[in-house]
Amino acid sequence: MSESTTAVLETEAAAETRSVKLSMQQALNRALDETLSTDPKTVVFGEDCGQLGGVFRITDGLQAKHGESRVFDTPLAESGILGMSVGLAMAGFHPIPEVQFDGFAYPAINQIVCQIARMNYRSRGTLPMPITLRVPSFGGIRAPEHHGESLEALFAHVPGLKVVSPSDPHDAYHLLKYAASRPDPVIFMEPKSRYWQKGDVDTADGGTLTGARIVRPGRHLTLVAWGAMVARCLQVAELAAEDGIDVEVLDLRWLKPIDAEALAASVGKTRRAVVVHEAPLTSGLGAEVAQLITQSCFDTLKAPVERVTGFDVPYPSGDLEDEYIPNIDRILLGIQRVLEYRRG
Amino acid sequence: MDSLLPVVAAADAAPLSPEQLRELYSLMAAVRYLDTSAVAWQRQGIIPGYAPELGQEAAQVGSAYALDTARDFAFPTYREMGVARTMGVDMVAYMSTHKATWHGGMYDPLASRLAPIQAVVAGSVLHAVGWAHGQTLSGEHGVALSYFGDGASSQGDVHEAMNFAAVMKAPVVFFIQNNGWAISVPTERQVAGGSVAARAAGYGIPGIQVDGNDVVAVYEATRNAFAHCRAGNGPVVVEAMTYRRGPHSTADDPGRYRSLDDERIDAGEDPLERLRKRLLAEGVADEAFFTAANQAARAEEEAIRTGIEALDPRPGNEMFDFVFQETTPALENQAARWREESEHV
Ligand SMILES: Cc1ncc(C[n+]2csc(CCOP(=O)(O)OP(=O)(O)O)c2C)c(N)n1
Repeated sequence: MSESTTAVLETEAAAETRSVKLSMQQALNRALDETLSTDPKTVVFGEDCGQLGGVFRITDGLQAKHGESRVFDTPLAESGILGMSVGLAMAGFHPIPEVQFDGFAYPAINQIVCQIARMNYRSRGTLPMPITLRVPSFGGIRAPEHHGESLEALFAHVPGLKVVSPSDPHDAYHLLKYAASRPDPVIFMEPKSRYWQKGDVDTADGGTLTGARIVRPGRHLTLVAWGAMVARCLQVAELAAEDGIDVEVLDLRWLKPIDAEALAASVGKTRRAVVVHEAPLTSGLGAEVAQLITQSCFDTLKAPVERVTGFDVPYPSGDLEDEYIPNIDRILLGIQRVLEYRRG
Repeated sequence: MDSLLPVVAAADAAPLSPEQLRELYSLMAAVRYLDTSAVAWQRQGIIPGYAPELGQEAAQVGSAYALDTARDFAFPTYREMGVARTMGVDMVAYMSTHKATWHGGMYDPLASRLAPIQAVVAGSVLHAVGWAHGQTLSGEHGVALSYFGDGASSQGDVHEAMNFAAVMKAPVVFFIQNNGWAISVPTERQVAGGSVAARAAGYGIPGIQVDGNDVVAVYEATRNAFAHCRAGNGPVVVEAMTYRRGPHSTADDPGRYRSLDDERIDAGEDPLERLRKRLLAEGVADEAFFTAANQAARAEEEAIRTGIEALDPRPGNEMFDFVFQETTPALENQAARWREESEHV
């Protein structure tokens, strides 16, 4: 079957079911492709984004289709990539830059924090920064040092930035298109350990894209997670169900702005919460989530909000990754601590 | 001065019309008057701080005079008052940044073609490259004019910017005002090799040094650089050799790192006086013209000072209003609480 026949069949199938099975990598690729097609001001660039299609192939085939002026390779310099994005945005473009791996966003922090995040403010709203920075994020792929980091708290702390992380192909597809259509800078954190997992993507209906999403309803306790940790929390919920514990899983999705209402609604109902993230514990986003829950649910909470996170250590080497990233057992223990909490 | 690169001498410059020469003098006089007054305003408590540019009028006026505000765009640092004035930016709006009214100033960057005032040294050099590449992508012929100092040239972003621009053939003029100092550190302890322009060779782009105290030479060099960029030849580095005669900022004490004698010897002849002598010698202007130009400069300064004094602090809600184009619930809550708690309701 030729590629075009496959495409036609896929399109017909999609028209019927409105749903296609895609990996997150394919979903992101399709989202970029469609954004480039519908918005002539979009430009996609970074290291090895062009002919190679990116080291994770997220930009695969886009240069061939949209041309070298829309999709291009830059020199190997992250500050350059992000600083250039500022100028392109000032010239009316909608840049979608990529940093190849999360750890290499650090060399660009000056441009991200001092420039991208502040230009709208500095210019009193006359120079918006409609930049979507794609960052392959988090660990779980046994990569070398600096190829797996959890930078969400760092970005979320910066005034002027928005931060989002999809957890499945459907959200990846829709959230990327949505982020790219917004007038403010969005840090788009792609859970790289989920790139190759397939899932149903309803291309016609993205649903609500602005807040959190309940991916599994439950009565006894809320697990709050994002990115790669959502799939793990779903596994945990299945196991907990065998013991009669009915776990609700809330995919936060937006790490800034955080959907405080969704947190209040879910924990208001379950009265117990565990936040799960890969990033180090201290000053992590879990603390922010716990505070938001405390503020809205203080009277009804049956236990303090629990956190199951990475540790305050540099992201460890592949062999120790499984000790570092919250695993099923540690999350179950967290759940147990909350369920067994007794007021002193 | 000795250099690996040719110095564009005033003598090489194509002649400007007498009218243009007089305009250059008027601009420099206006800038000189406003600049020295701004230092006085700080002493009088009208503004909390200012970064003077005494001695750099030729570099700023001459370069900005080559820019076409219908299609080009300039990216300043914190010391480009003379650039702003030459480009016709609203000077009350420009000076408001020094009054601490708003970071970046109150002028409209898109309408005035001048990016917001920038305090991170070298922060905007890459922006100029991105903007310039945008011109290439949209088939337009604007050129980005990026201002920075010899101190800023030590920043990695400048090297990334020159490399990016050269690889992409971006139409950007890197205009270095080498005023001899980065606060207290002289160029020889800042720039290896003693010249920023020499670095251009490493990126395969033309780099020239120009006598930055000769407004006509600066204008010619910048105009040539613009022509080079507009013809699709990629970026140019222009290093204007000048001297910062005053302090780095109104908070600085240059007596800690140089003497008045050093200043007198190193600064050379005053660029404004130099142009005055030239215009007189060439019969382009007479004493009546200079008197009128200086009077106009004084009147202009008075109008700007009145405007600055009348500027009120911005309403506090603007602190929240301009963070995003689309605000967030958290920010709305914080703004609401601020209104309640500060009884501004
Ligand atoms: C990234 C950064 N580091 C340090 C400073 C503090 N600082 C402000 S101006 C300056 C010297 C800059 O010298 P130069 O680039 O030659 O420009 P000039 O002030 O002489 O015009 C320094 C160190 C700064 N503004 N930005």
